[in-house]
Amino acid sequence: MTALRQESPAALRAAAEALYAEYLGCLNEERFEEWPDFFVERCLYKIVPRENFDRGLPLATWLCESRGYLKDRVVSIRKTSVYAPRYIRRIVSGIRICGWKGDLLEVRADYAAFETLLDDLTRVFNVGAYHDLITVEDGRLKFQEKICIFDSMLVPNSLIFPL
Amino acid sequence: MTARRSWPREGSTRLPYWVYSDPDIYAREQERIFCGSTWNYVALEAEIPEAGDFKRTFIGDKSVVVTRDSEGCVNVVENRCAHRGVQFCQQHLGHVREFMCPYHQWTYDLSGKLLGVPFRRGIKAQGGMPSEFSLAEHGLRRLRVACRNGVIFASFAGDIEPLEQYLGCEILQLFDRVFDGRQLKILGYSRQLTPANWKLVMENIKDPYHASLLHVFLLSFGLNRADQPNRLVIDPSGRHAAGMTWRGEQKRTTDNAEMRSLLEDLKLNDPSMLDPVKEYERYTIVLMTIWPNLVMQQQSNTLAMRQVITKGPAAFELAWTFFGYATDDAAMTQRRLRQANLMGPAGFVSIDDGEGLAFVQRGTSCATEADGVLEMDGCDWAQETPHAVTEGEIRAMYEHYRKVMEL
Repeated sequence: MTALRQESPAALRAAAEALYAEYLGCLNEERFEEWPDFFVERCLYKIVPRENFDRGLPLATWLCESRGYLKDRVVSIRKTSVYAPRYIRRIVSGIRICGWKGDLLEVRADYAAFETLLDDLTRVFNVGAYHDLITVEDGRLKFQEKICIFDSMLVPNSLIFPL
Repeated sequence: MTARRSWPREGSTRLPYWVYSDPDIYAREQERIFCGSTWNYVALEAEIPEAGDFKRTFIGDKSVVVTRDSEGCVNVVENRCAHRGVQFCQQHLGHVREFMCPYHQWTYDLSGKLLGVPFRRGIKAQGGMPSEFSLAEHGLRRLRVACRNGVIFASFAGDIEPLEQYLGCEILQLFDRVFDGRQLKILGYSRQLTPANWKLVMENIKDPYHASLLHVFLLSFGLNRADQPNRLVIDPSGRHAAGMTWRGEQKRTTDNAEMRSLLEDLKLNDPSMLDPVKEYERYTIVLMTIWPNLVMQQQSNTLAMRQVITKGPAAFELAWTFFGYATDDAAMTQRRLRQANLMGPAGFVSIDDGEGLAFVQRGTSCATEADGVLEMDGCDWAQETPHAVTEGEIRAMYEHYRKVMEL
């Protein structure tokens, strides 16, 4: 793809669905080093409690303002953070194309993330919605902006891996 | 409670593991600490700026509502209808003219005064309350309130010293350093539920020993290390404390050779996250514990209240309120929001603490016959310590704790 505006609604929808499938595949398989490549260089990635979003408060639980920030998060996951081993599995549903913001495709989707710790049953970890802006870079769909707004305000201890 | 628990003979250098999981101890803490002679942090005035605004929060297990009444005064009332015990307020924040319990519609004003009881005179002269029933005697339970420079504390105690005296002059000075009377601006909230006893979070902040060892991120970027200048202050009672550090060089020396986690080649891909501006005199980090439920954080340009809310012996909620000043320009607000990446449930630094405390809980809850060792820097504590290689703050806290708990 080169210019999103020229694509048919059906093609956009198929492309968006493929992007989310690839994105979650990357995270669920813990290929975190590839995660920043789903974003353009000057991107915005945030994980925001719904209470802040609804009240217009600017604080994010997790804020990345460039691909460099995303890479720093990966360094932290791999090298600096101390945490119990776990699996996080994310499921996405209800991908919907909401319109255009300039040349950026506005997409929303619902997600749920499940956490499995070694000595515990799997639990619902984080539930929310993606509010995304998508563009094309090097012939590939990429996120210009990805905001994860989560309903489950009380985080079960730590949010270590991206959503 | 039975007196079946007794403190280890060694005294302050031992910490019996039953303090983290015994339900009787937990019940006694609720009664003697959270409902006892303590000032508990509940809100910032900036959260309830207008008359009619309220915030619902907790002191220990008890839900309370902080309100601003029509005269502009701050009130704190227990979130429990005087009639049948209904927790009538269910929102974190909001605005009302009066509170109405949904069950039988008893209504209260913002100071907790009972205004009306439906069918008080009965219907068609049948039923109703006895004629001597007095509204004045059935208001909400009101707590004592202390406000200082925009910060609200409350107490269940009938008789308690003024907040300033409770904090002591050294802690008060450090408190006033951030809360200097400037109007505050709320930046947002973060909440995490940590599967660990509430005292562990207070201990964690009172433990500068761990900071240079556990937090690879902090020390690799020279934000806080034991070989940097440090100053610790404890109030005369032992219950509150403050740790101050200021930024130093980040090279491997004989002093830090033992800090194995030090990764010298670590560089941020995007250094804009750590672009601090000097805002206060002398210290770059001040972390304070105000007994029993508040950690006050000034870490470079991130300012936050971390409120500890107990959730049974084996869990606590840490409710973070990040803030700045109303006079901050856009660049300063952005800086505070960026640096907030270090803190909270996804914090580059705080992740280690939440996880670490959960590990302590797991290790100790199945070994209530065993004790922890607190011998770093001796067996007592000093009001002033010029280094971070100490466990004096934790010993001081438990000395106070044992008096209150009669343990």
